[in-house]
Amino acid sequence: MSLAPATETTLVAALPAIDRRRARKRAAWRRRATVLAFMSPWLAGVTIFFGYPLLMSVYLSFTHFDNLSAPRWIGLANYHYLFHGDLLIGPAVRNSLWMIVFAVPLYVLSAFGIAMMVARVKRGAGFFRTVFYLPALAPPVAATLGFVYILNPANGPINVLLSHLGIQGPLWFQSPQWSKPSLVLLGIWGVGNMFIIFLAAILDVPKHLYESAELDGTGPLQRLRYVTLPSISPVILFSIVIGVIAAMQYFTQAYVAANIASGQASQAGDVTVNLGFPEGSTLFYPILLYNDGFRDFSMGYASAMAVLLFVAAFAVTAVILANSRRWVHYGGAVR
Amino acid sequence: MTAVDIPLELQDALARRKVPWTVRRRRLLFAVANHSVVIAAALIFLLPFVFIALTSLMTGDQSLSPNLWPSPFRWSNYVDVFHQAPLMRWIANTMMYCGLATVGLLLSSIPVAYALARLRWRGRQVAFLIVLATMMLPQQVTVVPLYVMWSKLHLVGTLWPVILITWLGDAFSIFLLRQFFLTIPQEYLDAARVDGCGEFRILTTVVLRLAKPAIAAVTLFSVLYCFNDYFLPLLYVGQGELHTWTVSIGLSQFRNLHQVQWNLTMAATLLVMAPVIIIFFLAQKVFVEGITLTGVKG
Repeated sequence: MSLAPATETTLVAALPAIDRRRARKRAAWRRRATVLAFMSPWLAGVTIFFGYPLLMSVYLSFTHFDNLSAPRWIGLANYHYLFHGDLLIGPAVRNSLWMIVFAVPLYVLSAFGIAMMVARVKRGAGFFRTVFYLPALAPPVAATLGFVYILNPANGPINVLLSHLGIQGPLWFQSPQWSKPSLVLLGIWGVGNMFIIFLAAILDVPKHLYESAELDGTGPLQRLRYVTLPSISPVILFSIVIGVIAAMQYFTQAYVAANIASGQASQAGDVTVNLGFPEGSTLFYPILLYNDGFRDFSMGYASAMAVLLFVAAFAVTAVILANSRRWVHYGGAVR
Repeated sequence: MTAVDIPLELQDALARRKVPWTVRRRRLLFAVANHSVVIAAALIFLLPFVFIALTSLMTGDQSLSPNLWPSPFRWSNYVDVFHQAPLMRWIANTMMYCGLATVGLLLSSIPVAYALARLRWRGRQVAFLIVLATMMLPQQVTVVPLYVMWSKLHLVGTLWPVILITWLGDAFSIFLLRQFFLTIPQEYLDAARVDGCGEFRILTTVVLRLAKPAIAAVTLFSVLYCFNDYFLPLLYVGQGELHTWTVSIGLSQFRNLHQVQWNLTMAATLLVMAPVIIIFFLAQKVFVEGITLTGVKG
């Protein structure tokens, strides 16, 4: 349909100057039209599914809205309730922060640790790679169900094994102290994606760096500190960012675990009984948002929560990326 | 690459140098320790699968007892599961969701990724940054207005909201495809241009053929994502009728539906895990390539 740029210029060169300018203009327009056509699905998508709802969330956050009658402007009342009135928001924010501060570093550490060990394995590396990656594939709902059963305090396999060792197992998902650590165990089990990325990065570290470090008389710990870590620092940053973002929208595992562990005979909706079971210890911010917006239909208030989540996600990502310049090294083979 | 940086005579010296006994012993001990820890960790990682499988073969009473080994093995659990809940219906719904969402996602994301990677235009960097931003945004941020929108269109209670949202470009897929398109040598594209191909023909004939691994990875990730998806299906069909559910929602409610026992619940759990694991073993390479593509180049 369109001529290639190179052919076009040679053809056009024979024509008078005005025609040439017109042809060039036409070509530019055609290029613009091509770009627009190619980008159109995304342009429409980002407007309808991202721009519009984002602005709408901000607007709705200043209203009382239940999806039945039109939104009613109530100014800052939602935000006032968010910061001063809501008794559940405190636990929800604390639980979510707990995930970000404790769980995410643990995930990164375990993924890194496993990757370091598997990278050193001489034979059967493929087998180990599969074993550590596979649980990440287990559908989250299925994995959660499995863990709630395996860790159930009444004759669950893990507590049975522990009792053979003479250890009295904890109540896991049934106890407010152990419910979050149980979720973290489930998370570590599913750390495979991060593990694969770390493994690839570690195997990518140029061998000569280790060799020259060894010639300089460094020990294994120093080599880890001065060769491995700087070389894979972009991957560490990537995992932390992904981990924090995932922790901010942490929903499925906690929601399902609370539902199953509480053992309430509930239809898919009836969550208020199980909200954050036990004792609100698994009530995370997105779960509260879901509950307020789509169980109680306080959609104006849920929008205010959404706006706060947006601000927090934006701020946290910005802070991590800004700080990263100090410790992330781009260069060499890892890019 | 490794050898080039070390002077030849030094390499020779290194090769001829006899490794002292103490160093060799230390290395051996280290390797043994490393292997034992890896093997122990691998066993722990496999343990949940083993327990789930064993429990799925027990009788109801056994699954509540401290016995870890089923006796007798009740294979009929896997038949009973289908009588407990409309599992086939959930599988059909999930397959419809996975299929329609993935096709729409590929058709809409590929041209966008191509324009971001291989066409030169003003605003391209900004557009790419917005793609990255949408990828990182928690989905709860936009969920309320979208729910209102779909309810106005009378689509709440169906899976269409979760399908249609992928038909206008998916940020993660665009990102992944763009990263791959960037690695295609410019010469191929230029050759096609000289032959008189338009951008659309270049995309469909040259780029798509070269990008098969990336497209396979995106397809795989999309199918898995839909299969595993919970939050949005819960929102749109979770409160509706049983027969509109997906497998994930059905499974999460399986035990609560009729107070089903653990053995059957674990059989259902394993049935839901099985397709994913089978797909993995069939397409292991695609997976690993895809994940590495997201990470190392990100």
